[in-house]
Amino acid sequence: MENRLLKWLFTLFVLIVILLAVSALSLSLGPAGMHPGTIVRLLLGGKGRATDYAILFDIRLPRILLGFAIGGSLSLSGVMLQALFRNPLVEPYTLGISGGAALGVALGTILGLTGLLGIYSLPAFGFLGAVCVIVFLSLGINRSVLNLQGLLLTGVMISFISSSAVLLIMSISRIEDLHGILFWIIGSLGETDWLPVKLALVAAIAGLAVAYLFCFDLNALCLGEEDAIHLGVNVERTKRILLVLASLLTGLSVSLVGAIGFVGLVVPHFVRMFAGTDHRILLVSSFVSGAIFLIFCDAVAKSVAQPIELPVGVVTGLFGGILFIYAMMRRASIVRSK
Amino acid sequence: MLELRHVSCRYDDHFVLKDINVRIEDGGLVGVIGPNGSGKTTLIRAVTRTIKLAEGEVLLKGEKLDTLSFKELAQQVAVVGRLYDLDVRMRVEDLVLLGRIPHRKGLRLMERRSDLGAAEEAMDLTGTLSLRSRFVDSLSSGERQLAFIARALAQEPELLLLDEPTSHLDIGHQARVLDLVRKLNRDRGLTVLVVLHDLNLASQYCDRIFLLSDGVLWKDGTPDEVLTYRNIEEVYHTPVVVMKNPVSSRPGVFLVPEEDIVTGAK
Repeated sequence: MENRLLKWLFTLFVLIVILLAVSALSLSLGPAGMHPGTIVRLLLGGKGRATDYAILFDIRLPRILLGFAIGGSLSLSGVMLQALFRNPLVEPYTLGISGGAALGVALGTILGLTGLLGIYSLPAFGFLGAVCVIVFLSLGINRSVLNLQGLLLTGVMISFISSSAVLLIMSISRIEDLHGILFWIIGSLGETDWLPVKLALVAAIAGLAVAYLFCFDLNALCLGEEDAIHLGVNVERTKRILLVLASLLTGLSVSLVGAIGFVGLVVPHFVRMFAGTDHRILLVSSFVSGAIFLIFCDAVAKSVAQPIELPVGVVTGLFGGILFIYAMMRRASIVRSK
Repeated sequence: MLELRHVSCRYDDHFVLKDINVRIEDGGLVGVIGPNGSGKTTLIRAVTRTIKLAEGEVLLKGEKLDTLSFKELAQQVAVVGRLYDLDVRMRVEDLVLLGRIPHRKGLRLMERRSDLGAAEEAMDLTGTLSLRSRFVDSLSSGERQLAFIARALAQEPELLLLDEPTSHLDIGHQARVLDLVRKLNRDRGLTVLVVLHDLNLASQYCDRIFLLSDGVLWKDGTPDEVLTYRNIEEVYHTPVVVMKNPVSSRPGVFLVPEEDIVTGAK
């Protein structure tokens, strides 16, 4: 028991080293080939050509920071939802929360309401869409209409319905809105404005901090809601707060980068294998690993088919979808063998 | 320790507990028996606040239950339920340490020395120290139940509630679990309320028995007073024979198959 803290710190250290390595990789990749030496010199505050400087600090670095924030947020949401619903297959995307957020964003765009709250209006619409889905799912669970399998099926159906609705909106929208909406469906980290990046970073870090207030509650919830109450957890309050937090993080992510799927599924699945199930280490490891996964997928997306840049959602979708099927089949075989 | 005053509970509009009035003294070892659906588990739920009372009130050491937070309640009352499969892979010692959650203070992330000590002692008492690094899902049912009892003891409760702790256990493990419970009751003054399906286990281990029937407290007394063939036949609607256990001299209940009643009457 005494060595546990050391083991956790070591895990975290290794993850951070990998995070830095992946970031460096992504930083050195791009259509405008740049010498690694130049990058190091610029990062260390040295002087260089203005174009190199602009590429590094206005295109590549924000992209990595955005990947860090969004990957972390989505993965963190996945871990929290999995603990709350006691099912390793739920995450923002499979529950339809991402779909709802995308629909919210599309609706906001088409109705011309994006000016209402300035820069915050798209995140706000994304959040509203996410909350609608979560409220709907929670109602179903509270009235025990939905069991866990039903929850997943409903989530997938919500995703279908939202994407159909988004397609409907696209087919009746003006040509200049089309690109924007299409972008949300697939997802991309190509944001070059600093303000949304900062917003996402603050939200992700704050989200992680809030989640940590509930790490023991999440541990207790592994035993089921009734046993968690017996351990002194105010289950209703914890569920409410964490569901809102997951919706906020997902809504914000989707509104900034689109519906990037399966990060919250793939990452916690692997992190549990090496970090264990204690949320004190699971939360932060999943956050950092989610950042690693997304930054890596983005590096793949922007370099594999140059000069064309793939949307990062395609890459995470390919990785994640395959893993989802694998995890589902494994789970089914475990259940059968019991 | 615990007092229920005019407690009624219901699911939807169907009453499962009707006007229960009982008082359990400090250091009591009380069994709850009754047919399926008679409200035994609901009685436990009423004490743990997992179900809302329709009427009445529950007092813990003279304090109304709804004035306590979940955390304050969990510092004094621990619960061991029926055996179930864990969804997560967890080591025994981590499971037992979960019992320290109600005693956590502030934003401390790691366990204090006292937490580790309490978990250690709980595993020692239940004989699960040698299992500490095993995964819970690799244990046998009996070992798993002992691990869950260790988790409850790590809470350092004053009142221990057990809901059918011996279901699915063989007779040897039934005895081990209940011997342990009685030892904790006798040696450490732990007050125990235990729901049991098996009338004989209730008889041999409890000092006092509540017999529930259809949500009503049908009978409350010592095993000798409660476990008479008349009470049991009336509540369970099945003929039984009650005889004394020659060693403990407490009542033992034998059921009689329908066929034998006819031949026995000849």
